[in-house]
Amino acid sequence: MADMKVTLSGVELKNPVMTASGTFGSGVEYSEYVDLNRLGAVVTKGVADHPWTGNATPRVAEVAGGMLNAIGLQNPGIDTFLERDLPFLDDYDTVKIVNVCGHSTEEYLHVVRRLQDSSADLLEINISCPNVSEGGIAFGTNPKMVEEITRAIKKEAKQPIIMKLSPNVTDITEIAKAAEAGGADVLSMINTLTGMKIDVERQSFLLANKTGGMSGPAVHPIAVRMVYQTAQVVSIPIIGMGGIATWQDAVEMMLAGASAVSVGTANFYNPRATVDIIEGMEAYLERKGIASVTDLIGAVH
Amino acid sequence: MKEKEMGLVVATNRLTEDIYAMEVRCKAAMTALPGQFCNLYMEDGAHLLPRPISICKINRTDSTLTFVYRVVGEGTKSFTKLAPNDSIALMGPLGNGFTDLDYTKPVLVGGGVGIPPMLGLCQALDGKCTVVLGYRNADTFLLEEFEKTGASVVIATDDGSLGTHGTVVDAMKEAGLSYDVIYSCGPKPMLRALKETAAGAKATCYVSMEERMACGVGACLGCVCETKDVDDHSKVHNTRICKDGPVFLAEEVVL
Ligand SMILES: Cc1cc2nc3c(=O)[nH]c(=O)nc-3n(C[C@H](O)[C@H](O)[C@H](O)COP(=O)(O)OP(=O)(O)OC[C@H]3O[C@@H](n4cnc5c(N)ncnc54)[C@H](O)[C@@H]3O)c2cc1C
Ligand SMILES: Cc1cc2nc3c(=O)[nH]c(=O)nc-3n(C[C@H](O)[C@H](O)[C@H](O)COP(=O)(O)O)c2cc1C
Ligand code: FES
Repeated sequence: MADMKVTLSGVELKNPVMTASGTFGSGVEYSEYVDLNRLGAVVTKGVADHPWTGNATPRVAEVAGGMLNAIGLQNPGIDTFLERDLPFLDDYDTVKIVNVCGHSTEEYLHVVRRLQDSSADLLEINISCPNVSEGGIAFGTNPKMVEEITRAIKKEAKQPIIMKLSPNVTDITEIAKAAEAGGADVLSMINTLTGMKIDVERQSFLLANKTGGMSGPAVHPIAVRMVYQTAQVVSIPIIGMGGIATWQDAVEMMLAGASAVSVGTANFYNPRATVDIIEGMEAYLERKGIASVTDLIGAVH
Repeated sequence: MKEKEMGLVVATNRLTEDIYAMEVRCKAAMTALPGQFCNLYMEDGAHLLPRPISICKINRTDSTLTFVYRVVGEGTKSFTKLAPNDSIALMGPLGNGFTDLDYTKPVLVGGGVGIPPMLGLCQALDGKCTVVLGYRNADTFLLEEFEKTGASVVIATDDGSLGTHGTVVDAMKEAGLSYDVIYSCGPKPMLRALKETAAGAKATCYVSMEERMACGVGACLGCVCETKDVDDHSKVHNTRICKDGPVFLAEEVVL
């Protein structure tokens, strides 16, 4: 059997396959469909310092080979998360990655501090949230802001921090370098691509929010390209995601330079997607005579 | 472990111009309750999200579920192409269903494609109920099956070609129904009117809600509806239709 273990900033994962934030709740619901003990890590839904109501409905729309979502980061807040959601995951033998969101640096820091003494193994910081003090533009679109918020969070965090990058920028490598300069331990990418769908019969927007984040297999080539480009310019590990639905997609992402992968939208139509991918990767390594899954990282030539 | 499964189509039937029935043999049939739904999938690689369809009839002996659906778009259109012995990917049963059945004078109200789940409930109640059905016109569906249960059936049509000319609420008034509970499924304006009517009659009212879904299991928070009080799970005025519903006490949700 090939060795499936990977290490992210000193934290060992039994395999490189994890869930993507926001597509798997905090694991409770899908634990009825998939054995969480099999997963490299569970990444939880973004959590803020207080409960967020999220956007009006419709919040999801189907597009060819993917979907749009405008959930608006609805979450029950850090208190409930610490009392109810994180303890649920403590019963499983999997790495716990907590995704954090906020409207201001202070809000992020509040959550990060509350997580200091928790059982979270790593923190993933979603910087695609609108920054209220900067008039709603996302933190993650300006290199200077990315470096600053990364540095501020790194100072407070007890766990290694993963900065999750938005693809809605001209040059994602600039943002990646800024996060690395700010002290990020790991990068994860890509978050959703901003899209729009119009109902031609009603001549109105499908989503109440008008725009939504696109995800699913249709975005995979974009994600692969961005992970590849970023891997050329940073030396910290990258968690690759965006449209991963099969073991081939996961292998492709690792060949492009990812050290681990997240599976999001695919869970919705195949609740076993993560486990299917793990098994497919194992068979691939076996067939290719590759000793360790880490041999795939950036091996494309 | 629960799972997404491949169901086997055992029968299909066109009921009206645009309403079809499909009976599917599946494991989901063994535990399904009236008011629950299944996610049906197209599996064509392009249309990834589920089509949530209510469970109409439950047959434990043959382990089948019958779905009755209106053709409105790509997914429902593709289901009409299925024939006996074809397979269809589905996941379920999902949601809570109608579980609080301890009443003496139940009235079941269905409007349009809200009618199918009411048949399963009517059968579970052995026809000991009144059923109010709202159709567009006299081109009805499932009507004989409701009558077969022995339930008393009241009809409203939009165009007046059958039964009361008007809404289900108009038909209920015309029939002078008395009741201690209303179970309902249909368009939002209908549910809103029933909520008011039930409150006036001091009766309990259950409504089955609809929203666009992605996961169908409560993980993505795509399918929420507004709640009167702070929801225990979400900690905001929002509840998940797929997981905590689709059936809610009318007074708990904002319609
Ligand atoms: C709990 C529940 C039970 C339902 N039960 C029935 C039933 O028994 N019979 C029936 O005919 N219809 C039912 N519906 C509505 C049914 O889900 C939609 O008509 C169907 O998904 C349309 O799919 P489509 O591909 O034909 O349409 P398209 O418009 O092409 O679908 C595009 C996307 O939008 C979604 N969508 C479109 N309309 C709706 C809608 N009204 N509700 C939810 N999602 C929608 C689809 O699932 C798909 O993801 C139910 C909906 C819910 C939420
Ligand atoms: C319904 C939904 C909710 C999401 N919520 C979050 C979130 O709370 N935080 C976050 O960082 N990313 C969130 N994402 C983005 C995913 O984690 C992931 O980056 C993106 O969907 C691309 O991967 P995929 O194509 O495999 O889904 C969400 C995506 C979806 C589809
Ligand atoms: S569809 Fe995902 S929570 Fe209901």
